[in-house]
Amino acid sequence: MGQIKLTDIDRAYGKLKILHGISLSIEDGEFVVLVGPSGCGKSTLLRLIAGLDQPTGGTIEIDGKDVTKVSAAQRGLAMVFQSYALYPHMTVRQNLAFGLENQRMAKDEIDRRIAEAARMLEIEAYLDRRPGQLSGGQKQRVAIGRAVVRNPTAFLLDEPLSNLDAELRISTRAELAALHERLGTTMIYVTHDQIEAMTLADRIVVMRAGRIEQIGRPLDLYNSPANLFVAGFIGAPRMNLMDVTVTAAGPASVTVEGPGGFTATHAGDGSAVHPGDKATLGVRPHDIVTVDRGGVEAKVTLVEALGPETVVHASLADGKKLVAVLQGQDTSPAGGTVRLGFDAGRTHLFDASGLRVPEVQASPAR
Amino acid sequence: MSAVVSFLTRRRGGKGWHWTDVVTWVWLVGGLIVMFGPALWLIASSFKTPAQLAEFPPTILPYVNQQATVEGYDKPLTLYTVKMPDGTSRILAEVRRVGIVSQMVDPNAPDEIVKINIADRTPVREIGLATENYVVPLEQNNFLLYLRNSVFVTFMATIITLLTNSMAAFALSKYRFPGRDVVMLLIVGTLMVPLSVVLVPLYSVVSAVGLYDSLWGIILPTVATPTGVFLLRQYMLTIPDELLDAARMDNASEWQIYWRIVLPLAAPALAVLAIFSVVWRWNDFLWPLVVLSRKELYTLQVGLNTYAGELNVQWHYILAMTVVTMIPVVLVFVFLQRFITSGIAGSGLK
Repeated sequence: MGQIKLTDIDRAYGKLKILHGISLSIEDGEFVVLVGPSGCGKSTLLRLIAGLDQPTGGTIEIDGKDVTKVSAAQRGLAMVFQSYALYPHMTVRQNLAFGLENQRMAKDEIDRRIAEAARMLEIEAYLDRRPGQLSGGQKQRVAIGRAVVRNPTAFLLDEPLSNLDAELRISTRAELAALHERLGTTMIYVTHDQIEAMTLADRIVVMRAGRIEQIGRPLDLYNSPANLFVAGFIGAPRMNLMDVTVTAAGPASVTVEGPGGFTATHAGDGSAVHPGDKATLGVRPHDIVTVDRGGVEAKVTLVEALGPETVVHASLADGKKLVAVLQGQDTSPAGGTVRLGFDAGRTHLFDASGLRVPEVQASPAR
Repeated sequence: MSAVVSFLTRRRGGKGWHWTDVVTWVWLVGGLIVMFGPALWLIASSFKTPAQLAEFPPTILPYVNQQATVEGYDKPLTLYTVKMPDGTSRILAEVRRVGIVSQMVDPNAPDEIVKINIADRTPVREIGLATENYVVPLEQNNFLLYLRNSVFVTFMATIITLLTNSMAAFALSKYRFPGRDVVMLLIVGTLMVPLSVVLVPLYSVVSAVGLYDSLWGIILPTVATPTGVFLLRQYMLTIPDELLDAARMDNASEWQIYWRIVLPLAAPALAVLAIFSVVWRWNDFLWPLVVLSRKELYTLQVGLNTYAGELNVQWHYILAMTVVTMIPVVLVFVFLQRFITSGIAGSGLK
């Protein structure tokens, strides 16, 4: 079992408050990714869950038991650190055995667990080497192995892939997903990389400045970001955000006017906004198409032809940058102008305070 | 041999001797003599007899007078080269000396006594070692006991120094607690207080707790060294905190973290401190002199002092035993010098 429940967690260092009333409930077997820019408190939150740090307020429960005051060792969790934190003076085998020896486990049981974990992670060949003799990827596996042999109620992973090169990161990411599939243990994963979050998570927790901005399944976050921050953070390339003014607000559609006088319609519930309000219109680069009439006129500054798709960088009348990913091999010349159209059903509208203007309940399917 | 010559005459290249070659050579050879000359002279002199030590001008190497057993005489007689009145020179053995006249015999013709003015004879000498300088103190003057005391004091003090200093350094480097920096400052601040200032109060304390005239009285007051705490703390600061966190996740108690993670990783710094501690405790003189009064408890350095009396200094024993006391320190430096250089460079200490 690996249910973890956080209630109103606060953490402050002196007057500096790092976490503000974090509440989060994690189900058994779930893969939860905490994501956010650096300094948002996600690593601090993970250390609080691990028991390496004490919250200044709130409670932490594991499987229904309050463990707020319980030491890290007694919580039954295992952690993989960003720097791997392998003991440099011990062999890989001793590294794996250290935690088990401290639990006073029988020798043959330790050997059995190490053998099993080593086979699973393919680190058998270098069990007798020291961490200094391993490559980054191998160290990473050993660090995961050290967590696996503990047979923990939950895994805590603190940016485990950030020290690997790009190629290795992708393959290790897939292995982590497979490991989770296989073990079925709760995993809490901290990263600042939204692609890792999107690919691995059952649920993503987006954090900023010590607060949770949104919790949800990856595609929910992608399709309906709750606010401007999540909209800008999730998705690559980033969502285009344009300052607009509401000109008409109906029950099922909102019309806005943007820089250079272009107008766009957003299929959303207009009851919360009023004509004349400032708002932000968001369009994902992949949702932009070229049109012959209407749409926005933009000056093309750069064209990146990737083959299956073409990334067009353009600037709007107010100088704001806009990125469009067009299907196929578009040949819009740099320096020219292009007309870009947004589908009313796939735009995102955020009101003046940055919150999402809700969809109409039965949004038109496309 | 030619390799040695070419090594000693190596130049920086080009034709002839550049002036920097000369300066470098003089500097290095001069340094060699300044550094090693006294030590070599000490070793050579430690094998000289008292008479030869008093000689002027002094010789570099130890010599002994050659002696011969002559028929009809019980004791071996000293041989001299004698300039005979007829201008020839012979080797004769001295039987006895009366005033400025020496009575001598020819070892090959022991019956005839020849009378010679002492100005006309010089002793026949050969290089020889007065090993009794070593044998007598070690066998008769308790120097083996002093050696044992010194080894005990040095060993125990070093072990306790390493243990207590590393524990203090661990706390000061890896735990956050109020007043940590003040404590660190206080510890480092004690570096500024020399022993002579605290000698009397320290003596009162040692005496009050009943450690006067015991080896523990020398060991215990010296084990907490600010240098050691500072050196180890600076090193332990470089051990990443994540390692300790990892150990905590691995069910390790704080003691296990210290014993199984931090201590092994601080080994280079511990080696440096061990070397320092051995040298300090081995060479300690003033404090043992103050604390110890029974002769059986003397350490080597204090024992050496017993040869320097008010009226009579037994230089031959002092020199020989000084060599003995030097040996462990030299061995420590020979075998552990790579730790010393790397450790000192790493800790920024002199």
